[in-house]
Amino acid sequence: MNKQNQTPSRPKLSLGPLLYYWSRDDVFKFYESIADSAVDIVYLGETVCSKRRLLKPDSWLQIAGLLKEAGKEVVLSTLTLLEANSELSALRKICSNEDYMVEANDMTAVQLMSGKQSFVTGPAVNIYNSRTLEVLARSGLKRWVLPVELSKETLTDMHQNRPMGVETEVFAFGRLPLAYSARCFTARAHNLPKDDCQYRCLDYADGLMLKTREDESFLVLNGIQTQSSKTQNLIHEIEELIDLEIDVLRISPQSRNTMQVIDIFDKTLRGKISSDEAEKSLQRYIMSGECDGYWHGQAGMDSANVDQPITNKQQGCT
Amino acid sequence: MELVCPAGNLPSLKAAVDNGANAVYMGFKDDTNARHFAGLNFDDKRAQEGIRYARDRGVKVFVAINTYPQPSGWERWQRSVDHAADLGVDALILADIGVMDYACHRWPDLRLHLSVQGSATNAEAINFYHQNFGIKRVVLPRVLSLKQVKQVAESSPVPIEVFGFGSLCVMVEGRCILSSYVTGRSPNTFGACSPANAVSWNETPDGLETRLNNILIDRHAEGESAGYPTLCKGRFNVSGNTYYAIEEPTSLNTLELLPELQSVGVAAIKIEGRQRSPAYVAQVTKVWRDAIDLCTKNPEGYQAQADWMEALAKVSEGSQTTLGAYHRPWQ
Repeated sequence: MNKQNQTPSRPKLSLGPLLYYWSRDDVFKFYESIADSAVDIVYLGETVCSKRRLLKPDSWLQIAGLLKEAGKEVVLSTLTLLEANSELSALRKICSNEDYMVEANDMTAVQLMSGKQSFVTGPAVNIYNSRTLEVLARSGLKRWVLPVELSKETLTDMHQNRPMGVETEVFAFGRLPLAYSARCFTARAHNLPKDDCQYRCLDYADGLMLKTREDESFLVLNGIQTQSSKTQNLIHEIEELIDLEIDVLRISPQSRNTMQVIDIFDKTLRGKISSDEAEKSLQRYIMSGECDGYWHGQAGMDSANVDQPITNKQQGCT
Repeated sequence: MELVCPAGNLPSLKAAVDNGANAVYMGFKDDTNARHFAGLNFDDKRAQEGIRYARDRGVKVFVAINTYPQPSGWERWQRSVDHAADLGVDALILADIGVMDYACHRWPDLRLHLSVQGSATNAEAINFYHQNFGIKRVVLPRVLSLKQVKQVAESSPVPIEVFGFGSLCVMVEGRCILSSYVTGRSPNTFGACSPANAVSWNETPDGLETRLNNILIDRHAEGESAGYPTLCKGRFNVSGNTYYAIEEPTSLNTLELLPELQSVGVAAIKIEGRQRSPAYVAQVTKVWRDAIDLCTKNPEGYQAQADWMEALAKVSEGSQTTLGAYHRPWQ
């Protein structure tokens, strides 16, 4: 899009789908607080494991209603890895709902909505180049989340040919989703088969830490999903993200202090605090270190921002 | 059922052809394919020679261009598609939507297969690639149970190919970026997982340590065999226990399931291992040729023979095999 003579507008803030498995009560309380937060867009629904059914589709819709009433744009997020026919049926229902936009997290959902309605793609849909973006824009893509392993260079290149009307969202804060499997690593950690996992994910509100044999935090096991143990934090890149005409910045839910994180991003975007101040304030809410390597075209776990006191124990990793 | 075998180089291609492959698959010497390893793959001259060798013996040649180009590298992928088309190969194995869109417009008569890296696990996902790009076959991800494979085979608009044997990615292919998280390079972007330039081996008082970009992947006591430090196959610590937290080094072997794969309508069996030796390719191709022939003649009387299993176990990673996701409890 050609906006050369305009000042880029301020990106909106979104809350990504809840990637963990929490009790029904906790989920409701969490989203009640989100209704009062500064995020503009909320992605809702189970994207990791179809066995996580403490919240039925109706409950998610109830939350969606509550958030909509509070003025939020609600997007329903879909399962990332589909295997069973029952999962496909559930997906069809979500994709044919008439009230909310849908985030497709795999090509199945893209196909179900292609040519029929606008949709969003999540970070697990592989859009790595302009031609892919173009094809999906013709199918109805309204917004895409940059796959997390891609850099600002690639994004800059892709924005040269961004199809008219397509919005770009960037994963700005949270543990990175890195892999999906047919197997469940949380069940494996408990020597349980996936079919009888006893819903152990409920015990790990922010996933189960995997460390190297020299006790270095490395990855987080979240059922069939593997995440980074470090939190990707792009608060320092805010100016650049605005210049690149990013439309939405995504914050990924964590069990504690998500509200504070949203607040800091919001204040930074509104120019009430500097990104340096924001970086300092965010430190106490970051679990097991931060990273931003992917954004800078490096290993994802790297941090271009090494001078920050990310290991200061006083500031307490939660 | 068609037997599709890996050709990492010309000697492997010949080994596959000589031992009964119906088709071989290869890649070019760059990051456009998912086995971008030093010393592997085909330049123009070798590709021509290989194609001639296969053709003369009635064997098809597929070219894998199954990684995901970014704008800065786009032309390389485009060139690879053109190159393969010029060579007159029988099919391209593609993963990226943009590359597929290019290939089907530029070379409308060229046959396209959806790579395992495309991660299509059901008929709707396959429909997308079929309707938009006219793909003629889909390689299914190694995540589905036999029952699920059957459901896909019944509802898919195109024939399906499944993995029969070889190293096992425990993660969904095309949707795992653990490697770039640690090294900056992933199968999607670079065509290799846990790339060799990031690997180090260090003898220490605690044992032989294998590291990937300085992250400790495993430590091997004396007498323990130390495999390549593919990062999901290391030993890690979870809740105080040290174990293969993600996956043990093991190979997929579905020889026992052959009659069932045949009866659910699988069109082709793929053997993994373009990075393996010509001896591996010869051995595995021979066993699978015999097995498919026997199964085709007499599916009811078919049984995986002990000497086949033994021969395959010898060339398996970690010297153990699994039925993988086809066997529900693994999932």
